Amino acid sequence: MLAIKVLGSGCTNCKKLEAVTRQVVEQLGVQAEVVKVTEYPDIMAYNVMSTPGLVINEKVVSSGRIPSPAEITIFVTNAIEAAGAS
Amino acid sequence: MTTLPQPIPSANKRLFATLVIVVLVWLAAYNLIQPLADWLSYSALGLSRESHLGESLAFFLYDVPKILLLLSGMVFAISIVRTFFSPERTRALLGGKREGVGNVFAALLGIVTPFCSCSAVPLFIGFVESGIPLGVTFSFLIAAPTINEVAIILLFGLFGWKVAGLYVASGLVVAIVAGFIIGRLKMERYVADFVWKIHRSGDVVEEKLTWPDRIERAWESVKEIVGKVWLYVVIGIAVGAGIHGYVPEDALASILGAQAWWSVPVAVLIGIPLYSNAAGIVPIVGTLIEKGASVDTSLAFMMSVIGLSLPEAVILKRVLKMPLLVTFFAVIAVAIMLTGYIFNWIL
Repeated sequence: MLAIKVLGSGCTNCKKLEAVTRQVVEQLGVQAEVVKVTEYPDIMAYNVMSTPGLVINEKVVSSGRIPSPAEITIFVTNAIEAAGAS
Repeated sequence: MTTLPQPIPSANKRLFATLVIVVLVWLAAYNLIQPLADWLSYSALGLSRESHLGESLAFFLYDVPKILLLLSGMVFAISIVRTFFSPERTRALLGGKREGVGNVFAALLGIVTPFCSCSAVPLFIGFVESGIPLGVTFSFLIAAPTINEVAIILLFGLFGWKVAGLYVASGLVVAIVAGFIIGRLKMERYVADFVWKIHRSGDVVEEKLTWPDRIERAWESVKEIVGKVWLYVVIGIAVGAGIHGYVPEDALASILGAQAWWSVPVAVLIGIPLYSNAAGIVPIVGTLIEKGASVDTSLAFMMSVIGLSLPEAVILKRVLKMPLLVTFFAVIAVAIMLTGYIFNWIL
């Protein structure tokens, strides 16, 4: 089970990123929980200065942009491998 | 962040070849616009060169493709440069800089660091919490949105490098001076309390970008920015073209060109509630200049429209208490007015 967080105060790009991420997760058929993090103190805890940010299993994988679905797929599969290895 | 230039693998050669072809096509198209626009309006449609309609149409047909081409080309170039900068990097560069020097650096970095007003708050927190002085942080936060790349490109395309340079220079002066003043006012206690309590964990994300990555990112931002502003550009130029053809030269000089002491402050005050993007306002303001409105008043108006906006105030309200928020806006407004007067005096 992956814990995916979308960091952002609710701007258009953050919503877009959330939608793309959900789509990728669904297509891959991965067990994952996608959560939005909208409070600034919580966002800043990840040391991210430009939103939207994407966090998978507490690791920041991208910030300040919307990665392509292909990139997110790579992030997700990497995270699954990392989780399997540990 | 950045990596050293790497030897180009053969798979990337095709990408670079494509890029070269695109640049050549771009140059050819750019040089063909004027003859095409003239031919369409005067030969194909048979309008007279002296007629209002002919003049307006030729102006429109020339300016729209020219500006859109310039916009795509230059946004691409700027975006490539921006892939070498990130807020994290800027923060590292600003760390340890004193006020004064720090303000100058912050304003300059504000031009090249990728910035979106929706990230203003995380950026503010990230800077302040890492120990960058409040005034220096504000210099950055003023320069980043005010010295807007679309505005620079449009000013350059429509009025040449002098007006564009003047705009960048005034933006820098405003950001440096306003940030410095806010820093001197010692208003740290008016920053929302939670900002000082944030506990950050984890390392900064570092990205290793290859040249194909950079090109792809730059292309993405061309699509995003041009996609967002092209309609405003077309409408703005259409209004501008109408004025160009129908309003006599220097007709506005008596109203907007007047060196009345109140023309700059009035322009700035009108500009604050007006929130428009650079793309729409520049062609109109530019045509006003051409018809005799004074350059400094017009630039002050433009900076106030682009740099001081109510939506931004709403966003910043989350981290700034009222006294600081009001001071922030007041200081920028005054700084813009002063720049207006200085240019009034120089020009």
